[in-house]
Order: sequence, then C-alpha cells, then structure tokens
Amino acid sequence: MDHNRTSRRSFLALATATPLVATALASCGDSGPGGGGSSDGATDWILTGAPKEGIRKTAREDWNSAHEDQQITVSAFQNDAFKAKIKTAIGAGQAPTIIFGWGGGTLRNYAESGLVDDLTPWLTENPQVKERLFDAAFAAGTVEDKVYGLPTETVQPLVFFYNKKLFTQIGAEPPATWDELMALVPKFNAAGIAPISLGGQSRWTNMMWLEMLFDRIGGPELFESIYNGTPAWTDPAAIDALTKVQDLVKADGFIKGFASITADSNADQALLYTDKAAMMLHGTWTYGGMKTDGGDFVSGGNLGYMNFPAVTGGKGDPMNTFGNPAQYVSISSKATQAQKDIALAFFKDGLLQEKEAEAYITEAGEVPIVKGIDAKFAGMEDEEWLKFTYDLATNAPSFAQSWDQALSPTEAETLLDNIEKLFGLAITPQEFAANMNAAIGS
Amino acid sequence: MSAAPSSTSAKVPSAAHTSTGRLGWLVLPALLIFVAFAVVPLIGVFVLSFTSWDGIGDISFTGLTSWTAVLTDPGLPHALWVTFLVIVLSWIAQTPLSILLGVFISGHQKYRALLAVLFFLPLLLSAAAVSIAYKALLDPNFGLGPGLNLGFLTQDWLGRPALAMGVVIFIIAWQWIPFHSLIYQGAIRQIPTSMYEAAQIDGAGRVRQFFSITLPQLKNTLITSSTLMIVGSLTTFDLIFVLTQGGPNDATRVLALDMYLTGFRANQMGLASAIAVILVVVGLVLAQVLQRLGGKERNSQLEGA
Repeated sequence: MDHNRTSRRSFLALATATPLVATALASCGDSGPGGGGSSDGATDWILTGAPKEGIRKTAREDWNSAHEDQQITVSAFQNDAFKAKIKTAIGAGQAPTIIFGWGGGTLRNYAESGLVDDLTPWLTENPQVKERLFDAAFAAGTVEDKVYGLPTETVQPLVFFYNKKLFTQIGAEPPATWDELMALVPKFNAAGIAPISLGGQSRWTNMMWLEMLFDRIGGPELFESIYNGTPAWTDPAAIDALTKVQDLVKADGFIKGFASITADSNADQALLYTDKAAMMLHGTWTYGGMKTDGGDFVSGGNLGYMNFPAVTGGKGDPMNTFGNPAQYVSISSKATQAQKDIALAFFKDGLLQEKEAEAYITEAGEVPIVKGIDAKFAGMEDEEWLKFTYDLATNAPSFAQSWDQALSPTEAETLLDNIEKLFGLAITPQEFAANMNAAIGS
Repeated sequence: MSAAPSSTSAKVPSAAHTSTGRLGWLVLPALLIFVAFAVVPLIGVFVLSFTSWDGIGDISFTGLTSWTAVLTDPGLPHALWVTFLVIVLSWIAQTPLSILLGVFISGHQKYRALLAVLFFLPLLLSAAAVSIAYKALLDPNFGLGPGLNLGFLTQDWLGRPALAMGVVIFIIAWQWIPFHSLIYQGAIRQIPTSMYEAAQIDGAGRVRQFFSITLPQLKNTLITSSTLMIVGSLTTFDLIFVLTQGGPNDATRVLALDMYLTGFRANQMGLASAIAVILVVVGLVLAQVLQRLGGKERNSQLEGA
C-alpha cells in the first residue's frame, strides 16, 4: 500500500520535471511551413520588418506573376524566429529551397555538412550575375574557394555616428584618432553628457568596438588568422586592443548602465538622438530608424557620421571597415531538381533587379550591392548619406564580416560571452585572450 | 487516540487499490501521452548526451566527452549556484507573503473579493510580456526612474549582478505570489471554524490563532506550494531569457537557461543534453525530498493537530 503511493508520487515528480526536456526536444522536430519538397514550386523564407519585408515580397510576387510555370512560395518570419527555425529545418531535412542567411561560419557549417549546393559552376555559366554585384560581397558567401551563398540585398558597414549639436555645445571636433576620442571622454562627462551610447546587453554591440580596434591596431590579418583557426588572441596587437576597450570603460566612456541597455529596442539610437549621448558606433541599418523615430534629428542635419577613428601607430588602414558585406541566398541540396531550377532562374533574373535595388535606396535608405548604383543617388533626400555608405563600402581596402557571423555559432557564442565579461571588467585582457585561444584552438 | 489514525490509513489505500483495479485502463491515454512526450524525449536526451551534434550535421557518438566537458566546466557549478539562489531567494520572497495574503483574502468581506481580482492580474500575464514590461520600466535612461525623476529608481538594474538577481527574484515573486495566495486561501477556508471558536473561548488572540491553528493546519499546503515553487524556480527560463539573457556576466545564468544557450545558441546539443539530464536529476531529487518532508501523518491534518 505504501509502495503504491510512493510510485504515484515519483510518477508525478517525474511529470513535473520533464516538460522542459520534452519541449526542448519537441522543438527539434518542428518542420515549419513551406518545408519538404513534394510540390513542384520552390519555397523561400524571407524576413519580416518594414520596409524591407515589402520590398522582398514584391520582388517575389513580380517574379511569380511573370513566370506562371516557375512559382515561388514565400513565408515570412521574424529575424530571431527565423534564425532558430531555419537551423532546425535544415537539420531535419525540411529546409526551403532558397536558404537566406548572413554567410560566414553558419554557411560554412551548412556547406561542410553538404546541406547547400555549390553555386560556382552556375556562376561560371552565368558570369553576368557575378559581374553586377560588389566584389567584396562574395567573400563571406565563399567556403574554400566555392561560392555557396549568392550575395543579395544591401551592404551594411559599421559607421561612427555622432551628435553634431552636442559637439558644438562643448566646442569639440569629431575625433580623428583614438587618442582624440579618449580626450573627448572627460570633456563630455564634465558637461553631463554621456560620451558614447552603447546597448551593451545585446553583446554584439560591444563586439563592434573590438572589431574596429583589432582592425586599426593589428590590421585585417589579425582576425583572419583567428578565422582560420590559428589562435592569435594573445597577439600583442590583440591584447593592446582589448586593453584599450577596458581603458575606455574605466574612463566612463560608455554611458552609465550600458550593460542593461539593449539594441533590439533601439534604446541606444534613442540616446544619441535625444541628446543624451554624443557618439555611437553602429551599423548603417540604424540610419533609417533614427530618421523615422528621431524627429528632426536627421533631417535637421544633427547626425554626423564618419569612419572609425585611426589608432596612431596601428597597422590597419583607417579606410578599412567591418559589418555585413551583404546578405546571402543559398540553395538547399535536399530540394528537387525542378525546385533548384526555379530558384536559380529567380537568382538570375528575379533577385535584386533594378526595381528591388531602387526600393532599398528610396524606402530603406540602404545601399544595394549593385555596382554603379551610386548613379541613382543624385537628387535623393539621403543623397549624402547614401554616397557616404557606398564609398565606405566600395573604397575599403578590407571589408571584413562581423565576427559573430564569420565564426561558427559555437565559437561566436564563446566570443560574445567573453566580450560581455571583458566590458563588465570581470576578466582581464589576458584572461579574455586565454579563454578565446582555448575555445578557437580546440 | 492511536486507533483512529491507523483505521483511516488502512481504509484509504484499500479503497484506492480497488478503484485502480477496476478503472485502471482509464489511465492508459494519459500514460501513453506521458510516455510519448516525456519518457521518450527523456531517453532521447539521455542518448544525445553521449554524442556530439551541432544540430544540423551528423550525430556522432563520442562516449563520455560531453559529460566530462560539462562536469569539468566551471560554468556548471556556477549555474547550479545561481539556480540554487533563485530557488531559495524566491521561496523566501514568496512564502511568507503568500500565506499572509492567503489569510487576508480568505475572509468574506466584499472589498476583499475585489482586491483578490486585482491580486491575480499578474498571474494572467505571460512571463515574456512581464519581462519586456519590466525591462522598459527599469531602463536607466528611458524608464520609470528618469521618467518620474526618482533618483533611487534610476539604477543600472539589469547591468549589475546583484541588482539583476534581485530584479529577477522580485518579478518571479510579483508574478507567482497571487497563485500561491490562492492555494493558501483555499486551504485556510478548509480549516473548521469550530477550531477558531474553541480558541476564542480559550482566550487566544488573532496572532496566537494564526500561529497555533492556521499555520500548523497549512503544513501540507505549504509542502505542495513549496514543491511547485521550487520545481518552478528550477525550470525558470522565459523570464530570465527575456530579461537578462543570463547576464550580466552570467549572474543570472540558471541551469535551464544554460541548457538552452548551450544547445540552441552555441549549437552544442550533446553538452546541452547532458545539462538537461542533470536538470532532470536535480528536479527529481528536490521533488522527492519535499514529498518525504511532508509525506508522513498526511491523514491526520484535520483532527490530529
């Protein structure tokens, strides 16, 4: 009798403890809509978010109405949901025909597991596809000299933004070098203005500072060696960059409480346009947000922008930049030949054509990765900004991909974890380097 | 005196036994669902913990590699410690208040019913929504503090380890105290009024009545509520995930979150599965210990006190 009760109790205990595990596993088996390959049409998952969602959708709708025998079924997902879903779908063999992504380490994982098709032969047959796109955009879609991801959409380099009003207020010039930047910090603090806005809880926002410093001090070769699996985090240039970041944190360079500010709510942009912070390092994607949410901040000419300051004595070219060289589309190796043919035909004649490219300029204020597109900027409202972005992206001797995309997801997670601790002054530069060498080298 | 408890304990299990014999097949659907959605995945996770898998490529068996990696990683004791802190602190924050609120709302006056409705509002909101709302309210630049110009509210709430932990405990308590008050309210209404009448005749005041009648009578409810609280805290995930992502500097990285981040963000399913198994074991042990604590003298609650 007592035995009877005990077993029922442990049964209940088990029941209370396991749903979590069950949910974790259940989500593995989720295939999502548009998966599989039974229908003749190709499938494509796009990202939501105005105004680019509409642009993406229109390009596919136009294609579908012009090609009745080559239909593409489109499903839209939110950014983070998409990232989780696409990984699961690919793992389960349920991927859409067209796999959207950001290239880099994730694409490399897919390619090494044979989940996406090599596009190199197709590009050789259709040289005009490659010729019209930015050359620098192809690197992050390439794994071991084979193109697995065709670059598309827009170029998104990192930009050093500043608030002109606040610079005038304290009578300062935008910093041309790191030393000038450090000298500005106490001036702004004394005036009761936060020197730099940072959404530190998002972690990749902190990473942008490290990327630019690594580049300016050690040159692009420094990170390339890390990317290729040679641990170089203990390189003197790397230690110097890591130390400089901590110096900036210790000097109260970043706004107080930056560790609890997130970038996904655009609070960091708001700090800049509400005159609470004077400077911000961010991607070009923030321009549109500041324009729509910042009142007359952008239209009133208060937003200044330039490339990241140089570091005196550093090896890197001050023209170099970081960011997203493009977004990428790949073809699922599990799709049927008919589906692959539709997708490739769409890549050739439907994707990033003139109408779509122009929409990115006029609606999103971003620069599509089409060569010579700068001819379209003349007379536009954002002409100066667009020209700046175009020149920054096309003139950069090195346009490296953001680390969290370039590295494999496993390495990227370790990196972001350690970056958070570095900015929180919980670890020293040496400890950071040792942690990273252990993670990347293994 | 000793005869009464023994006769009841003999009667109750035998009745349970016969009903199991006759209606046992009614359990079958529930049992099947339980096996399909709990036991099978559990076995799957156990198997996965002996593999190395990035979630997309091939699964390869690597023996104990994942286990040694998890068990030697300083992240595990840290996550266990943080989980323990969340469990203990949220128990301390919730239990006394829940009991007092339960006592309060177990009365029968009209305004209490109205207040009770307000108390239960937090329970109706999803943890994700609650976290997003609190995140906005606690924002050091655009939140409640700077908005109302209240200096003490303008803190780096989610950016400093100790504060972030405090915020997590506070929000868990804010959301779950109503639920536990409801359980206590039900239990308090079950206590025979004759006991209070007798106490009143003996001259016991309200405080004395609370400590001598209400609290002892709530013992089993306390065990139930604590079990729910502790197992719930053990698996707290959504709230912390949305609020702090385990930060700052891993200060709120509980075991459940550690499992998710390892599996779905760092793409290490083998390691994550090992953490999941540890989580299950810890949960089972805790639930068992709690049941043992309150398991005896179960039938003597009403008469025996």
